[in-house]
Amino acid sequence: MSYSALDLWLIILALGIGTFLIRFSFLGFLGNRELSPWLLRHLRYTAVGILPAMVTPLILWPEATGGQLDPVRIVAAAAALGLGLWTRNAIWAIVAGMATLWGLGWIVG
Amino acid sequence: MSASSPRSAYLRGVRAALPFIIVVAPFGLLFGVVGTEAGLNVAQVMGFTVLVIAGASQFTALQLMSDNAPTLIVVASALAVNLRMAMYSASLAPHLGKAPLWQRALIAYMNVDQTYAMAHADYEARPEQSLAEKVAFFFGTSSPIIPIWVIATWVGIVVGEAIPPALGLDFAVPITFLALIAPALRTLAHVAAALTSVVMAIVLGFLPWNLWLLAAGLAAMIVGAEVERRMEVRR
Repeated sequence: MSYSALDLWLIILALGIGTFLIRFSFLGFLGNRELSPWLLRHLRYTAVGILPAMVTPLILWPEATGGQLDPVRIVAAAAALGLGLWTRNAIWAIVAGMATLWGLGWIVG
Repeated sequence: MSASSPRSAYLRGVRAALPFIIVVAPFGLLFGVVGTEAGLNVAQVMGFTVLVIAGASQFTALQLMSDNAPTLIVVASALAVNLRMAMYSASLAPHLGKAPLWQRALIAYMNVDQTYAMAHADYEARPEQSLAEKVAFFFGTSSPIIPIWVIATWVGIVVGEAIPPALGLDFAVPITFLALIAPALRTLAHVAAALTSVVMAIVLGFLPWNLWLLAAGLAAMIVGAEVERRMEVRR
């Protein structure tokens, strides 16, 4: 990470203010109005649209292995995703993923 | 006196929120650990946690910052993750829109996934509540959730300073993202959006300044919305 302290605080403040404005939008100044079904339909998929793109290169080309495919990490990711889908519980997914990463890492050496 | 009052609504909110402590605390803890490992100082990690209070977007910013993405891209991408909260704001407005401005501002600040979900469910289940009761319920749900989030992050910072980097914590971030994504894959449209997102991230990976992230997000949103629309037409 190579940001100046000023840049870092700029990011933190911009993200804080921007997030507040998103949360304040309708409660604060747009008031009590119906969102168009078109907009609602798109907003529903913002998080599930961005986070998988974020995670894909991290799993396929992890920096810690110099960008090489790492079977241990792929299996750990699959375990997290699988348990997350099965239990619908984020904490179990994290536990499964990290336990697999550490367990397999220890076995493979 | 009526059977329910703002005081009892507040206490009902606190009780509803207690189980969510086990959900919120680990994420705060992890953000403290990972933020510290990534090279942020205590004030910066706490700045994120106190000012943003949105785990997924904080992790997004952190990840892009580890890639040294341009400042504007970091902010735009992390804000895009939070766009769903405009939906929360719109859905609470009919219930809380007449509250005093300072209360609405405070509610907006604390309107995170968990508090929103609890408040919305409660207002739907008890539509006869007064405005004061609804506001009190929201503050009730926030009372444990927000302080726990902040304290957990701080504990994470302390722990992070003590943990050796060899523990594979770099991979805790992608695992956390997966943990947030998996339970959200509720419908075919959500799955279609997520798959689009993955494919676009690979196909558009050549784009500079991490722009592939926003591009993939946009494409995935459009696909998700379109699949939802077609499913509805079919019904």
